Amino acid sequence: MYNFTYHRPATVRQAANLLAKNPEAKLLAGGHSLIPVMKLRLAQPSALIDLNQIDELAGVEVKGRSVVIGALTRHADVANSQVLQQVLPGLASVPGSIGDPQVRNRGTIGGSVANNDPNADYPAACLGLGATIVTNKRRIAADDFFTGMFSTALEENEIIVKVMFPIAKKAAYEKFKHPASGFALVGVFVAKRGSDIRVAVTGAGANGVFRVKSFEEALKKRFSPKSIEGMTIPATGMNSDIHASPEYRAHLVGVLARRALAKATARGDSDVPGAIAGM
Amino acid sequence: MPKVSMTVNGKPVTGDIEARTLLVQFLRENLRLTGTHVGCDTSQCGACVVHVNGVAMKSCTLLALQLEGANVLTIEGVAPSETQLHPMQEAFREHHALQCGYCTPGMIMSALDIVRRKGNELDDHTIREELDGNLCRCTGYHNIVKAIGAGAKAMAK
Repeated sequence: MYNFTYHRPATVRQAANLLAKNPEAKLLAGGHSLIPVMKLRLAQPSALIDLNQIDELAGVEVKGRSVVIGALTRHADVANSQVLQQVLPGLASVPGSIGDPQVRNRGTIGGSVANNDPNADYPAACLGLGATIVTNKRRIAADDFFTGMFSTALEENEIIVKVMFPIAKKAAYEKFKHPASGFALVGVFVAKRGSDIRVAVTGAGANGVFRVKSFEEALKKRFSPKSIEGMTIPATGMNSDIHASPEYRAHLVGVLARRALAKATARGDSDVPGAIAGM
Repeated sequence: MPKVSMTVNGKPVTGDIEARTLLVQFLRENLRLTGTHVGCDTSQCGACVVHVNGVAMKSCTLLALQLEGANVLTIEGVAPSETQLHPMQEAFREHHALQCGYCTPGMIMSALDIVRRKGNELDDHTIREELDGNLCRCTGYHNIVKAIGAGAKAMAK
């Protein structure tokens, strides 16, 4: 790893100022993607701005009809959040499948979303729930945020502060986990909130996370695995590597979407607390 | 060079280090605490697991400077005295839960974290699932799982 200067700001404002002064700097959250990449010398930032001391960035809370998760909230803390398990279990199940226990103790939602790894889990949850990514400057809809593999709409000097997830009545995530890395070979997040139906896929697309409009259309009649029985998506645009062919990934999208739908509908309305029923 | 201060195994320590120094390097090379191992150096194998403020993490993927003011526990700090083993270490000895021993410090630090999160009564399935982040290249998992179950129980006494 090349050397760098290290900064430890106490507030988001200080972090933004440091970022403005150091154009080649990178923000350091959990560091479980950035530090490995720096070890390989694939990234060589001049400075690291460590966000870990900024307490205001961590926490899970329900605000109105949304769950708000601070950018520095660790995967383990999201997975174990009782309030999240209660109001949006489909989202709570996502971070529990990331990496391993030690990685989940350090990795953060903000880091995962900002990195937009094409095999990461959180981008599917953000797109599948129609989340809003809140930065120190503005609010960005998930549909506009993920712009391609390892690319996002984030501008220079922009820092993710929190992610707001609308509480969907039915939501679930299913993932075909790569047995060694734990990353999603393919992962599908499905959600229904009123008439808004979303199917978001990670791991499969050659250009990162995407929505499956044909499935969403078919699910408008009835939000059930039966509605997309036998449906597939074309293999064009699917990722291809030593782990799986485009055809296999395309096949898994259908299989996992049906499994996720089965899970989301099995949770049923009875799981939704009275206060948020009817959404 | 930047300065870092933290508590390691109950003792305050400081060091002048390059910013790029990993926690595991700081522990092994500056403090000469070589019980924490480097296996894969890619946060997969778990040989480098230590506790940071009571929580298990992979010290090959943390910068030492990030641990300013933190409380770090390594394998050297778990035994109650020079002549006594921690119940989890004792269980590993009793059940022959090591062959070459390279993964053992990480296994024990992870085992203690499993007990912290899941309690003292652990079934084999839970232990195996929770050992997702620790690899034993001797494939000695069977006895490791037995030892963790027994060690967890012994810790309740």
